[in-house]
Amino acid sequence: MLNSKVPAGPLSEKWTKHQFDLKLVNPANKRKYNIIVVGTGLAGASAAASLAELGYNVQAFSYHESPRRAHSIAAQGGINAAKNYPNDGDSIFRLFYDTIKGGDYRSREANVYRLAEISNNIIDQCVAQGVPFAREYGGLLDNRSFGGAQVSRTFYARGQTGQQLLLGCYSALVRQMHTGKVKFHPRHEMLDLVMIDGEAKGIITRNLITGDIQSHAAHAVVLATGGYSNAFFLSTNAMASNATAAWRAHKKGAFFANPCFTQIHPTCIPVASEHQSKLTLMSESLRNDGRVWVPKKEGDKRHPAEISEDERDYYLERLYPSFGNLVPRDVASRRAKEMCDLGNGVGETGLAVYLDFADAIQRLGRNIVTEKYGNLFDMYKQITGENPYEIPMRIYPAVHYTMGGLWVDYNLMSTIPGLYILGEANYSDHGANRLGASALMQGLADGYFILPYTIGDYLTGKLGENISTEDEAFEVAKTDVKGRIETLLTVNGERTVDDIHRELGLILWENVGMARNTAGLEKALNKIPKLRDEFWQNVKVSGTADELNPELEKAGRVADFLELGELMARDALNREESCGGHFRDEHQTEENEAKRNDEEFTYVATWQYKGKESPSELHKENLVFENVELTTRSYK
Amino acid sequence: MSLLKSVFISSIGKKILMATTGLLLCLFLVIHLIGNLILFAGPDAFNLYVETLSSVKPIVRSIEIILALIFLNHIFLGSKLTFENRNATTQKYVVNSAGENSSFFSRNMFISGSILFIFLMTHLSTFWYLFQKQHDEGNFYEIVMGNTVGFGNPIITALYCIAMILLGFHLRHGFQSAFQTFGIRYNKYSGLIETVAILFWLIIPLGFLSIAVWFGIFGGGY
Amino acid sequence: MRVTLKVWRQQKADSQGSFESYPVENVSEDMSFFEMLDMLNDQLVLAGKTPIAFDHDCREGICGTCGLFINGRAHGPLTGITTCQLHMRSFKDGKTIIVEPWRAKAFPVIKDLIVDRISFDRMMEAGGYISINTGGTPDANEIPIPKANADEAMDAASCIGCGACVATCKNSSAMLFVSAKVSQLTLLPQGQPEREIRVKNMVAQMDKEGFGSCTNTGACEVECPKEISIIHIARLNREFIKSSF
Repeated sequence: MLNSKVPAGPLSEKWTKHQFDLKLVNPANKRKYNIIVVGTGLAGASAAASLAELGYNVQAFSYHESPRRAHSIAAQGGINAAKNYPNDGDSIFRLFYDTIKGGDYRSREANVYRLAEISNNIIDQCVAQGVPFAREYGGLLDNRSFGGAQVSRTFYARGQTGQQLLLGCYSALVRQMHTGKVKFHPRHEMLDLVMIDGEAKGIITRNLITGDIQSHAAHAVVLATGGYSNAFFLSTNAMASNATAAWRAHKKGAFFANPCFTQIHPTCIPVASEHQSKLTLMSESLRNDGRVWVPKKEGDKRHPAEISEDERDYYLERLYPSFGNLVPRDVASRRAKEMCDLGNGVGETGLAVYLDFADAIQRLGRNIVTEKYGNLFDMYKQITGENPYEIPMRIYPAVHYTMGGLWVDYNLMSTIPGLYILGEANYSDHGANRLGASALMQGLADGYFILPYTIGDYLTGKLGENISTEDEAFEVAKTDVKGRIETLLTVNGERTVDDIHRELGLILWENVGMARNTAGLEKALNKIPKLRDEFWQNVKVSGTADELNPELEKAGRVADFLELGELMARDALNREESCGGHFRDEHQTEENEAKRNDEEFTYVATWQYKGKESPSELHKENLVFENVELTTRSYK
Repeated sequence: MSLLKSVFISSIGKKILMATTGLLLCLFLVIHLIGNLILFAGPDAFNLYVETLSSVKPIVRSIEIILALIFLNHIFLGSKLTFENRNATTQKYVVNSAGENSSFFSRNMFISGSILFIFLMTHLSTFWYLFQKQHDEGNFYEIVMGNTVGFGNPIITALYCIAMILLGFHLRHGFQSAFQTFGIRYNKYSGLIETVAILFWLIIPLGFLSIAVWFGIFGGGY
Repeated sequence: MRVTLKVWRQQKADSQGSFESYPVENVSEDMSFFEMLDMLNDQLVLAGKTPIAFDHDCREGICGTCGLFINGRAHGPLTGITTCQLHMRSFKDGKTIIVEPWRAKAFPVIKDLIVDRISFDRMMEAGGYISINTGGTPDANEIPIPKANADEAMDAASCIGCGACVATCKNSSAMLFVSAKVSQLTLLPQGQPEREIRVKNMVAQMDKEGFGSCTNTGACEVECPKEISIIHIARLNREFIKSSF
């Protein structure tokens, strides 16, 4: 059933050969095709611009007022590429290897290798667009080591790499908007996918200002709608980030892959009040100089300055003498949770650990610490009101990225013909855990350099096909969408959307969060459907359908999270192993490290929607490793 | 066409004209001040100075016409920009703490300019007009010191002083602003411009003030 | 703590707006300004009233979506931050807080505190890019760029397009926004081929959108959450002069 369409041949030749084998659309014919791109972040904007440059007519949609608002903008650290500019032994193969290994061997070799190959073109492209990457005094690009990588391969633009790369694609996109090849629809949310004869042929959108429900037809539909971290309510994602477009597509037949693979970032600012609306990520680079500790004594609520050196437990340094504070994200996160669960957490809530810079300030001097982390310290102070130069920072893990997403083949096409998925919205390159500075790389690789080639292969067969929004399928989908909105508005219960979302988030965080076990997952599987029922019976959505109505927008998204959340738990329960960001208490070594089960779980768990009443059906895409040997990560 | 359009139609073009005319007016102020300072040298020197100027009347007249055009351009464009800018904001804020982010005079150049315009008209209709009536010879020094329109009249002196202080504030923003508009405000130049700016917004109005104060309040030392 | 909000309410773009007061109880000083608004909105929803519409998204000061005029200041009383980074500890207990949308002809109100900034996109469309297609670009290290230029380009490029510069300017001028993009691309070798046409087209579009002209009050650089300097406006002016003469 699942055909990954990975081309045969040696790893390093697959993509080149495949590009040759893909059918081409005649340049003169490209203008006869319409393509819909939903989402205009890194992946969507780069795809929309590149397709338009080739000559296709593109309709781009975003619920934001401008493509420049997409959450890609928030990525701080950088973007990886195998340029090997620093001459430190990097190569395409090494980047490929690190990414596969970092993903704990749960991604497809061919895809990851292609990503590593393309990574270099991305940097060239961005520099040509005027992205002001950091440079050395000699005028050449600067690289840094990021997220514990053994080579310096990360390109960056201060702490705003995501912003600069997004503005790069945005500039390419506005250029095409100016020529008229891209028609951009701001403040339009996709609420359904339209299928004709089993293929994706359009979408239904809601104009968020007027409430107008509209049909849009095209020869192919591209979703670049981001991840689903906001299922947890509290995450580092932007407030509007949601899974609705992807989930609608899933319900129309696109399989969802590895929904349980979520990444929890260890260095976030902890929850401060019950009204907390989102979490703020602090760059991982802080762990280069900060030391993580908790008081040895349980429930020790003294001021950190009063806790003497021998009363502190620098647990990461104790448990991982060689990597210390620089262990990978998932390990650092899980250990922090463990400390807090044992009652050693700090701060008012007890859900935080210290990240202490006292030693660094003493060793390097305050000036150097300011130079390296000044803006992060300021940001921390702005949010918490505490000065990290004097009091250790309090940090706690938060959901940050979702490796899972809609299943795609090597061409980035989902199980629905004509429906392509790009960026964080797809499951493709990161396996069970994403390495730092790899998300930007993947989004841009998909949009600039993969989709523009692969989509032609599908489109060649569709020349002359006339797709009209007059088709009955559009009317049916429109009616569905309107009915759903009407239902949301008429429940008129007693709980706000956020209130229910917060409860869902808590269920997921506690049971499908950093460490999972059968009992917890079963509890989640029991609770989520009940909460979903309550949502549909007791939610209160104010306002009307034909106006700008943020409550209604949120309600639609939460309704989908309530379904997706259940699938996340189901997938986590199915995966009887620990790998990457997915840690099952039942599957750990004697030293409490993740224990993979390669015998039984070297596959992509791919779920097919089977209707409201029946559980989703699991399909497996077996992963074959021909070029790397499966090893166990060790950071001791 | 493109050049004319850039200068007269575009917002930046209009600003460049404002800056150019403003700086030319600054140059005029320097010359005017030098002439006025001759008052300190006594009646004979001053009368001689004015008479010398009168002897080259065609040249002076031509310069006056150019000056008038510059003034009119500065005043007309300033008013036009002010109204266009007001039009760019449809509704005013109920609370606006603009004092937290900009200086009062930078925000009120139109008001300081308008008051200076009234002063200019008064100035022209008094000193300038009376000087013209004296033809080639006469006691210009006495007009300046006199009780009717000169510093002998405390009201005139007071108005003059207020106008000069206002001129200082108008120049304080205007002078630097002109360089900003010309785009000559980079790190390497900003120090130099700030120094020269002090000369203009502080020294020149003080020069004019010194005359009013010395002759108007201290009676020229007598 | 307890505060009273006086908020601009406006049903639609073409409807008449007015201020309404809302007392908000049990505000914690650790809350962000928006979390306080969220709390108020939840209360309004449960009371069957229409919640206050405001734009926001990343809530970490980078997306540029949010922007409120609070107590007479763009993004509130602090500098160097966006509205979403403002916390209630910046306000005194018992005070009244006045909240208005950005005001400019080129930023019409859509609803309550939400304005339409699509004019920013159109100015970018007019020339805020380097005209290259995907692929076929030279190696990234082929053209060295002096670090100082790259750094200054980055200073300019850090603009988040929130519109605080326009909102705070007494002339509703968009010069800081336009200059940030022009300056960034002027400072880089990649931006040279379109250097002149870019500045001409972007300025022409800026005028067309109905923004006012710059009178160099400098309010924009004070209120800019990314602290972009008006030195970039000087560069824009210079580039404009160069392109015209």
